[in-house]
Amino acid sequence: MGNAEDGAPGAAKLVGANGREARAAELEVKGICKSFDAVQVLREVSFTVRHGEFITLLGPSGCGKTTLLRILAGLEQADSGDVELLGKRILSLPANKRPVNTVFQSYALFPHLNVFENVAFGLRARSFANAEVNRRVDGALDMLQLEEYPKRYPHQLSGGQKQRVALARALVNEPELLLLDEPMSALDAKLRAEVQLDLRRLQRRLGKTFILVTHDQDEAMTVSDRILVMNQGTIEQAGVPTEVYEHPVNRFVAQFLGAANLISGERVRTGVKTALGTLRVRHAPAWERGTLAIRPERVRVAKGNPENNGIYAEVRELIFRGDHFEVFVEPGPLRLKVPPGVQLKVGQKVWLELPLEHLEVLAD
Amino acid sequence: MMRTKLNPMIAVIGIGVIVFLYVPMLAVAVYSFNDAKYGGYVWKGFSFEQGYLRLFRNEGNVLQYLQNTLVLAVASTVISTVLGTLLALAMNRFPWPRKIKGFFDLLVYLPVVTPDIVFAAAMVVAFTMLRYLSSIFDPGITNMIIAHVTFQIAFVAMVVQSRLATFGRTLEEAARDLYASNWYILRKLTLPLLAPGIFAGAMLAFTLSLDDFVISFFTKGGPESTTLPIWLQAEFRRGLKPYHHALSTIIFLTTVLLVLGLERLTRKERQT
Repeated sequence: MGNAEDGAPGAAKLVGANGREARAAELEVKGICKSFDAVQVLREVSFTVRHGEFITLLGPSGCGKTTLLRILAGLEQADSGDVELLGKRILSLPANKRPVNTVFQSYALFPHLNVFENVAFGLRARSFANAEVNRRVDGALDMLQLEEYPKRYPHQLSGGQKQRVALARALVNEPELLLLDEPMSALDAKLRAEVQLDLRRLQRRLGKTFILVTHDQDEAMTVSDRILVMNQGTIEQAGVPTEVYEHPVNRFVAQFLGAANLISGERVRTGVKTALGTLRVRHAPAWERGTLAIRPERVRVAKGNPENNGIYAEVRELIFRGDHFEVFVEPGPLRLKVPPGVQLKVGQKVWLELPLEHLEVLAD
Repeated sequence: MMRTKLNPMIAVIGIGVIVFLYVPMLAVAVYSFNDAKYGGYVWKGFSFEQGYLRLFRNEGNVLQYLQNTLVLAVASTVISTVLGTLLALAMNRFPWPRKIKGFFDLLVYLPVVTPDIVFAAAMVVAFTMLRYLSSIFDPGITNMIIAHVTFQIAFVAMVVQSRLATFGRTLEEAARDLYASNWYILRKLTLPLLAPGIFAGAMLAFTLSLDDFVISFFTKGGPESTTLPIWLQAEFRRGLKPYHHALSTIIFLTTVLLVLGLERLTRKERQT
């Protein structure tokens, strides 16, 4: 009990500080390293988050994104590096003294407590007065449309309701920073799409800083202001969703987001020599041998031989996807997304154009 | 086709084994109503007098022994439940290296499979040595409580550990993330969630103490610390009378009720 009471004033002070200097760079992560036994899971990870930003850490399982989140929450110790939240170094604070709350992957609702008491837990742990607890919990339940279920127990709730309780339980504490560890992974696909939009609207309305961890690129693009693409313990690329999607910096990012066509080639005077012919690019690559990338939806079906980067190809496979056709052609193989209006047949020969403005030169 | 032929045989065998298991207990229950003042196994008619009424009138000082048995069982159960729960928490929640954790598991498991007689002999040696330090360790009820606690702890720790394993560490991490101190987590989260496991462990410890003969026998003092199992064993040499059978029947039924209660409790727990 003594500890909990000690924790309350510290947390309150940080909340106060935020009120006065709300425009400060919210979070600064500097050179975080972490190893488990001999395996290095984070290699000098650094990034900055502005106040009210919705950041997504996107990457395949094992890339270190969840470990990074747990270090921010205080549930894991970093080997080296520093984290500043509103100008205060927080790595030396234990999890229960940080103005940071987490929505866990499996929600981690307390099974012996009803919805109200689950949401009230963080307030009661800091000995808030009963009236204040009631006021804030009612507010949080209202905000997440849970006002009808305060007496229900977690096992009586649906997946979506559990997820909202987990959100309410974290947000009721008015944290400076909300961490979300794959919060949608337990929901079915249809509900997930809805909840993603709700989450984004909620974050805009509250103006709080959110950091979400996911391996789902659609989710990352739906909710975030900025995406940090992670792989093997480092951040491969950071940027707004359109930037990361349209201009991937390397093969990993190009393939992980939206599965781009990768074309390897060799630098020549006029462009890049590839199996599809010599292609013109916007700027000369830094490498001798390397990779170009183009999104399947950016490959254009041309009327005749186009001026630039034309390829005469044969349609090998045609798959109806409802709102578009997925087409595989040779040489390549290249993957295309073609609107339903364009009539193609298997075996047909067509001219394709790889437009200059969408042909990306990757770093590797 | 084979299956339908096999089924009745298996049922018959099953029923046969159950009968085999319960006939002795049934015989004891029947003889507890025998109207035979001097015992024996000839049926002399139905009577409450020779069995239950003599027992309730404190035949052979039985009520004293009942009291000893209950004092021993309650005291040792309370102590071993507290210590066993602490042990389980320490083993499960402290970040021990994996090999040390495995070694601890083995250490806790060993007393469970150690034969009672070996354990009892070890107790005799230990108490004889401790007696040089203090007269507290003279044979008697205190020694019996200590001895019972020693073998009960392992059972309580095992039951509580298995319960701890079912809810993992994520909930405690969530509580810590929600500003809870260690003490607050223990009081508001871990202990409430463990309660069914702690209760089950306590019930197990209680029944183990209640019907223990070997360890009590080796650590007891004079008649002032005699328990019901010890008394029954002593009386056996002079021939058992209906009131002995009545006592056995009552102990059996009490154990059955405890086990049924336990079963109900764990089933209710599984539903939530």
